[in-house]
Amino acid sequence: MDLTLSDEQRLLRESVDRFVTETFTAEHRKRSANEPLGFSPAIWKQFAGLGWLALPIGEAHGGLGGGAIEIGILMEAFGRGLVTEPYLSTVVIGAALVGACGTGAQKQAILPDVAEGALTLAFAHSERAARFDLGHVETTATRSADGWRLNGNKTAVLDGAAAKQIIVSARIVNANGASGKLCLFLVPADAPGLRVRDYARLGGGRGCNLDLNDVALPADALLGDGSDALPAIEAVVDRAMAALGAEAVGIMQTLLDTTLEYTRIRKQFGRPLSANQVIRHRLADMAMQVDEGRSMALRAALMADAEPVARSRAASGAKAKIGKCARFVAEQSVQLHGAMGVTEELDIGSYFKRLLAFETLFGGSAHHYRRHAALSGRLQA
Amino acid sequence: MDLTFNAQERAFEQEVRDFLAANLTPELKRATALTPSVFSDPDIGMAWQRALHRKGWGAPGWPVDHGGPDWTPAQRWIFEAECARAGVPNVNVMGVKMVGPVIIGFGSPEQKNFYLPRILSGEDYWCQGYSEPGSGSDLSSLKTRAVRDGDDYIINGTKIWTTHAHHANRMFALVRTNESERQQDGISFILIDMKTPGITTRPILTIGGDHEVNQVFFDDVRVPVANRVGEEGKGWTYGKYLLEFERGSGIASAKLRDALKTIADLAGSDVTGRAIDDPDIALRMSEVEVDIDALEMTELRVLSALQTGQNPGAVSSLIKLRVSEIRQAVTRLGVDVIGNDGLAVEPARPFYRLNHEPAVSEELLPVVPEYLNGRAYTIFGGSSEIQRDIIAKMVLGL
Ligand SMILES: Cc1cc2nc3c(=O)[nH]c(=O)nc-3n(C[C@H](O)[C@H](O)[C@H](O)COP(=O)(O)OP(=O)(O)OC[C@H]3O[C@@H](n4cnc5c(N)ncnc54)[C@H](O)[C@@H]3O)c2cc1C
Repeated sequence: MDLTLSDEQRLLRESVDRFVTETFTAEHRKRSANEPLGFSPAIWKQFAGLGWLALPIGEAHGGLGGGAIEIGILMEAFGRGLVTEPYLSTVVIGAALVGACGTGAQKQAILPDVAEGALTLAFAHSERAARFDLGHVETTATRSADGWRLNGNKTAVLDGAAAKQIIVSARIVNANGASGKLCLFLVPADAPGLRVRDYARLGGGRGCNLDLNDVALPADALLGDGSDALPAIEAVVDRAMAALGAEAVGIMQTLLDTTLEYTRIRKQFGRPLSANQVIRHRLADMAMQVDEGRSMALRAALMADAEPVARSRAASGAKAKIGKCARFVAEQSVQLHGAMGVTEELDIGSYFKRLLAFETLFGGSAHHYRRHAALSGRLQA
Repeated sequence: MDLTFNAQERAFEQEVRDFLAANLTPELKRATALTPSVFSDPDIGMAWQRALHRKGWGAPGWPVDHGGPDWTPAQRWIFEAECARAGVPNVNVMGVKMVGPVIIGFGSPEQKNFYLPRILSGEDYWCQGYSEPGSGSDLSSLKTRAVRDGDDYIINGTKIWTTHAHHANRMFALVRTNESERQQDGISFILIDMKTPGITTRPILTIGGDHEVNQVFFDDVRVPVANRVGEEGKGWTYGKYLLEFERGSGIASAKLRDALKTIADLAGSDVTGRAIDDPDIALRMSEVEVDIDALEMTELRVLSALQTGQNPGAVSSLIKLRVSEIRQAVTRLGVDVIGNDGLAVEPARPFYRLNHEPAVSEELLPVVPEYLNGRAYTIFGGSSEIQRDIIAKMVLGL
């Protein structure tokens, strides 16, 4: 057992910490809020140059073969800087789905481009009626003479409007009309029949809802060989939750540091806020929750390649636990800032909103305690 | 003991319902449902104030000789409950519920004659100038100075977090008229015309994306001494009197019930993928409803004490604390009910006058901003931490 970072990991952390501190300032955030794509394409190129986009991609496809720990190191720093570049959607999720399901030709066509920063991806999976159940997909894929036709509606597609290719999940409609396997399809952003309802995303960046209305795709738009994609989706979303957990830890740590500083400086009744016992206890509780969150994010990353039940229990446990910690830390940070906390005057509102978005993505704490209980045999799935 | 209303009270209930049916237009209802901030915009709020005033119901808490309707506490309860259920606009309380009672209690006859009718009719729109950048919880440390110059005060300083200062034509403010005494003793209560030269207002956006609060700057602003309410140096007493109104002002359970019903309706609908089928959402909904039941019963106990001429005591701090926490629980439930659709931010305001199609269904738009703006409930009007100190001191005698 050894939980210390390797030399390479330490170097990675130093370089991402430095880059984020220098680049992702409050002024930068104001500018990027006005970027049509929600992030800066120039910075994305820099990510590529630093090797971060290639990090988890296999060496055979121009990648560096890094793992969940390395992703966690990046994501925690991204959280501190409220980075809006589409790292999660393109690298952690998109490239991983292609890597897990794609044919040799598909991997060769996509992964090197992702690593170079030439291609961004998005994952269109959630649907309103699914309420975060990964297996619940009503979007359909019907075979046509020369390929496929997709119909359905997707929500919470992160960075969808920026993506050149969107990975869409759909159930194949069998010849007898019954619904069949859950599969993934590569849908070009400009496909006729695809309507992208782009929006500014809570906490920064952009998201969209998708309407797929008879979207016609060639036969090779099917990602992989047509086998059931649910196990791959579960594995990739588990990794994404571990990555998001690390990002949330970075955000929580910043909120704690900022609030600590503020309560030391702000004086009421002739003494600093932090001189009051109730404030000191609150800060102590916040610090405890940030620390627990850190443990859970690390745990989920370390178990990202474990067998599916152990991996999913760790991922859901982390999402549930960090979600609870995040809510407490976020709400108390605002509370202890008083009216300053509920305004856009300070940064803490942005961090608060990003944590709120974190809580929602892929389901909140209650959903993941339930998934954990089901995986543990305590509840029926 | 009896929880039911008598025949007279039920007749009044019907009168209120008839009034609401005739006056609460679909436009006002829709605007209210789609407003995520504490108060309605003035065009909506004042339209409602005028309708109430026409009926003689413009100021339920005022004495009859100043235009109050002379209701029993039970009637006030019925009125508030019916209004909340119907979804009436949230009229800015600064006039009728805050400065009005102070002028009635401590103002000169001239002030009463001038200001009170204009509050009732909605002609004047008020804001509250108490907080300052350096003086929030510790309000009596405030520094905005009013220096006597003949028949005027000359005011210099700044107020912050002033709700609707950008709409208001008048402000009631606490200012320092004497530096030498105990902190609380040098403060006076003054009425300021917002068009007086030297006043500037800076908008402050809140995290929900709304413009409700402002910072107001005073640069050699001349205000007649005649605009001071009551005695010089007694402003703190009047201001605290008013804060108690703000804390205990009324009947919150009915509005909370209405807010919960809005969320429950969303949860039962396809726009949220029927969130109510999620047992966690259902359980939490019951938990919040039971909290509202407890609050309602407390409010009724206060009402009953008032009805029989007793003093309810320091229970207003308990109520303020619970109301703000329950409000936050309701808005939080809303966020969890709408799930992924809460990720979509609509920056334009007001939601009821968008000139584009929003990314998600219209009725979902206020849900997340309400939660975000709602973080303020445990901060303004005396924060939860300060409220607990008051309970410890005033209720528990510690
Ligand atoms: C949306 C909104 C609207 C408002 N509208 C108005 C308005 O119209 N007019 C107006 O005058 N003001 C208004 N306010 C201001 C409001 O009254 C103040 O925010 C409030 O008094 C708290 O002051 P503060 O924000 O400076 O926080 P601070 O006093 O700085 O407090 C910061 C934190 O420290 C805690 N704290 C402070 N002192 C202690 C202590 N002794 N022990 C323990 N904890 C402590 C507080 O509880 C809080 O959590 C508004 C505020 C908001 C958020």
